[in-house]
Amino acid sequence: MSARATGMRSGRWTVLQGQLRDRPSLVLVGVLLLLVLVIGVTRPGTVGPTWVANTILFAAPLGIVAAGQTLVMLTAGIDLSVAAVMTAAAYVAASQSYFGSIRAVILALAVGLVVGLLNGIGVAIFRVQPLIMTLGMGLVVSGVLLVYSLKVSPEGPPNVPDIVRTLGSGKVLGFVPNSALLWGAIATIVIVGLRQTGYGRLIYAIGDNPVACRLAGVRGWLVQLVTYVICGFLAAVAGLVLTGAINGADLSLGDVSLLPSVAAVVIGGTSIYGGNGGYAGTLVGALILTVLSSLFTLLDAPDPLKQILYGAIVVLLAAVYVRTAGDTG
Amino acid sequence: MKAAARVSRRIPVGPGIARFVRRNAWTLGIYGLFVAVMIFTISIHPNYGPYEIESLVVGALPLAFAAAAQACVVIGGGIDLSIGAMMAVANVLAARYMLHHDFQTAVLISLLILVGGILAGSLNGLIAVRTRVPDIVVTLAMSFVWGGVALLILAKPGGGAPDAFMALSSGNLFSPWVPNGLLLLIVVVSLVWVPLRLGRLGLAHYAVGSDRTAAFRRGVRVGPTRVFSYALGGFFAACGGLALMMSTGIGSPLAGTIYTLSGISAIVLGGVSLAGGRGGITGPIVAAFVLTLVPADLILTGTDPNLGQVIQGVLLVLVVMAGGLAPLLRARAIQRRVQAG
Amino acid sequence: MSDANVLLETRGLSKNYGAVVALRSGALSVRAGEIHALMGANGAGKSTLVKVLTGDVTPNAGVILLDGHEVRFASPASARKAGLASVYQDVSLVPLLTVAQNLRLTGTAMPAIRPWLEELGLEDVDLTEYVRDLPAPTLHLLDLAQALAALPRLLILDEVTATMPADLSERVFRVARRWRSEGRSVVLISHRMTEVKALCDRATVLRDGTTVGVVDMASSGQEEIVSLMLGPAAASVVVSEGAVADTAPAPRVEQTAALEVRGLRSGVLQDISFTLRRGEVLGIVALEGQGQADLFECLSGNRRPDAGEILVQGKTRRFRHPHDAIGAGLVLVPADRALALLRQRSVLENIALPMVNRLSRWGLINSGAERRRVRTAINRLDIDTRAGSRVMRLSGGNQQKVTIARWLATGFLTLLCFDPTRGIDIRTKEQIYRVLRELAASGSAVLFFTSEMPEIQLAADRALVMFAGRVVAELSAHDATEAALLRAAHGLSRAAAAEAS
Repeated sequence: MSARATGMRSGRWTVLQGQLRDRPSLVLVGVLLLLVLVIGVTRPGTVGPTWVANTILFAAPLGIVAAGQTLVMLTAGIDLSVAAVMTAAAYVAASQSYFGSIRAVILALAVGLVVGLLNGIGVAIFRVQPLIMTLGMGLVVSGVLLVYSLKVSPEGPPNVPDIVRTLGSGKVLGFVPNSALLWGAIATIVIVGLRQTGYGRLIYAIGDNPVACRLAGVRGWLVQLVTYVICGFLAAVAGLVLTGAINGADLSLGDVSLLPSVAAVVIGGTSIYGGNGGYAGTLVGALILTVLSSLFTLLDAPDPLKQILYGAIVVLLAAVYVRTAGDTG
Repeated sequence: MKAAARVSRRIPVGPGIARFVRRNAWTLGIYGLFVAVMIFTISIHPNYGPYEIESLVVGALPLAFAAAAQACVVIGGGIDLSIGAMMAVANVLAARYMLHHDFQTAVLISLLILVGGILAGSLNGLIAVRTRVPDIVVTLAMSFVWGGVALLILAKPGGGAPDAFMALSSGNLFSPWVPNGLLLLIVVVSLVWVPLRLGRLGLAHYAVGSDRTAAFRRGVRVGPTRVFSYALGGFFAACGGLALMMSTGIGSPLAGTIYTLSGISAIVLGGVSLAGGRGGITGPIVAAFVLTLVPADLILTGTDPNLGQVIQGVLLVLVVMAGGLAPLLRARAIQRRVQAG
Repeated sequence: MSDANVLLETRGLSKNYGAVVALRSGALSVRAGEIHALMGANGAGKSTLVKVLTGDVTPNAGVILLDGHEVRFASPASARKAGLASVYQDVSLVPLLTVAQNLRLTGTAMPAIRPWLEELGLEDVDLTEYVRDLPAPTLHLLDLAQALAALPRLLILDEVTATMPADLSERVFRVARRWRSEGRSVVLISHRMTEVKALCDRATVLRDGTTVGVVDMASSGQEEIVSLMLGPAAASVVVSEGAVADTAPAPRVEQTAALEVRGLRSGVLQDISFTLRRGEVLGIVALEGQGQADLFECLSGNRRPDAGEILVQGKTRRFRHPHDAIGAGLVLVPADRALALLRQRSVLENIALPMVNRLSRWGLINSGAERRRVRTAINRLDIDTRAGSRVMRLSGGNQQKVTIARWLATGFLTLLCFDPTRGIDIRTKEQIYRVLRELAASGSAVLFFTSEMPEIQLAADRALVMFAGRVVAELSAHDATEAALLRAAHGLSRAAAAEAS
């Protein structure tokens, strides 16, 4: 189509573009370093080991929820219920902490697994479009949570369990955040899993061409089902890490993570139409978004302006990615 | 759906009628659902009268416009997750600038806001078309932008509008059984939608949603048509923001946000395919009334009204699952016809 | 090229999509009042040249001259205004609109199109029907009628007849001849050499996106065009029909049945039975829509039959999913490569797809073993993997080979090929048929449907002819001449045929 016409470009740009096309993550890392540089220049003395540790600590919940979102989007789906699941997991853990930390955490993770399973059943077996299924589940989860919160509120204010707090805000050796270690472990499993296991291959295959998968004997529904369950589980983990990091839980805890979880995946180079991308890009995407927030905070931007700039920069980064990646998306 | 598919095969009425039923099965279904919910409401609330109808219309109006807005964009092959935020912008603009003014000024301001809505929608569309970033990502990010703009205009709920302006939605001009809000909805939608459907632009709008490449080859200017569908969405979103003003009486920078998701629920229930090119605007509007009526019924039956959201989510998923069966049945019907023929 | 009669001329047209060059240097010169063929192997750039000519895509460089004046088309609509109309290979009617609405989009008046609908035999088509509910050949004809209604000076037909049965193709050719007789021009793209020989005046040959020659059909033979298409490297390879059967290893048909079908019914399929033995290549011949698609759907497990039995090595099997059929050794190569390939993934991932698909293999992949098996399959089919990081960058022929290689790497008992050579260049066709023969020789069984009847004698041991959902004739390869197959495929029994002659 005419809109695709790019016209002639100068030779040097074409060469550069060719290299970037094969390694789009270089662009991302470049953007990340640029943002760090801006912070370093505008607020000298800010960037140091503590700042890095804190940034990773704040990025961890986003990075973890975006891991699940990456898997789902690679299958050409989307999960809009992750925000509700994060909130629900955090709130359930906090409200059940009275009965013991372990039980609270298990119940919280169970919330994620159950919601993921229901999403998976709807999408994989009943063929409901992922957007609608997860939107509906999001409504159901936050509705049920609202009713639940009114029921448990007489039992006293929610209290974040100790192990969750340790996980979310504790540090090993005084500077490595516990959540960073957890995030690192999850990232390793996801990256290696996508590249080196049959399940990882099938995630890409389903996202690329479900009909071809069926003809090759792949039971696509099973792959999708498992993927949504994993996504729900990771969202619950992310909710716990988040609630531990801010040491509190309320009914809108996860809301702020919905756009970033999708945005981190998209600017990380995973195609929203499935079959192409990976978690390494998402990881950098999550760091970029976190550094961006911290930049706005350092610059003392008023909230509305922060929001506007945040949205605009997400569009800009996505556009830059589409431009450099050319027709490969 | 099931019944409709069967009717089309068995009863030897003119093929025109059978085909009309088959093609519009979903829309007819949502009309049926509305009638059923309405009958249920009256049965548990025998005194159902003009006041209840008026509050239903006033309550449903913002969602009806949000659904119309989303339907326009989705039919054109896109999706706009910033419709609620745009509604919020229209809402706070109205509340801030209409306060302490007379009716004429308020109407003038409304017209300017509608123009603003068209421009905001066009901007969404233009960004999606020019950058080739997927629509869902662009508009999700734009929802942050418009949300921020709303907060800039009015940081906290406040403002107001002249009573005469509010009466555009809540009063009644002809009969107490026909609230002004309903007339307003019908007039606005038919003034915009009917001429569109009759002209080539409307055809182009559906064509682009159905298959961009084919539309381009048929001589449709794809980019401008897509931007147009977003502009139309922006227009209805602005209408929704004004309706919100009329129903709540104040401006609130955060009030609009729920309408993005509820609007999608309404269009899906109303028979608009998220794949584009299929569905109309009346189905989603009727679905908006259903979605408003159900939580109200819950209160009447003594159920926890907080479960309203849960019901909406379950209804959405169940209806779509049921709808998923319709194409299957249709395919089988076609197969049988092929075998017979 | 200093021809006063030239209607359209292009020089040095090029188009690339990112790093992929689809058209390098396209030159084409069409005279007024001729039917001009555009030939070339898959991926040679024919379709891209047509799209560039008609404004469907914007070229990166080059000029288009119409009547000696340079023109630029921003869209197919503007090309149509200038007198160039095209019927594309992929149907370009909007599926969710009715036929009448599609006509309105282009501003085609009913009186203008009515005679063409009659000419093409479409007067019975209900114009208020949705486009998506109509079969593909009808849509191609509708698209053609609409193109004709604008009375273009140059009509471009891009593989329009590829999916059409012979009678419909003939309607298209009639119109093309009429166009020529009225002093207008036609550009025709077709893989069927006989069509081109019978119809065209001249042919332009493309190879690797570059125009390599223009030949006069009257004075030159098929071999000249083929050698131009294949290039100097391949010109030494003797390409003549029959080469495969002569040089491929002789099959040893065993008596054990690899596959037996009894009384199968589904869709158009009415009670079909046959036996496929190990070591045998069994060809299926039928006109469009006689139940062959239903047969392959059932055998590959993609659809459950309404009645009948499928026996694999003597045991009755029920397939609920292609997974079950593959488990029983029945594997499918579909006609449409878009149904089989993961376009964004690598050649390796495409070939290894069925291998990784077993629950036990959801775990870590033994990449060494995988690589070895994939490499063996690639070598056996001689796949060019230079652009192998994404399958969509491969040429059509190489893509088709990947769909076959997948099963070579995985292993199978019976290979089901549905029209494996549709729209593929002659060299790849030959390679594919050679592989089918070799597979049979090594003890596998092959069932293949082909829409090109002369191919039966090249590759098959035996042929079944289907008509209206039944097997109406069984011929040995020796008897399966094109004439005999054609007669049977039209439902004429041998007795009736004998009477007629």
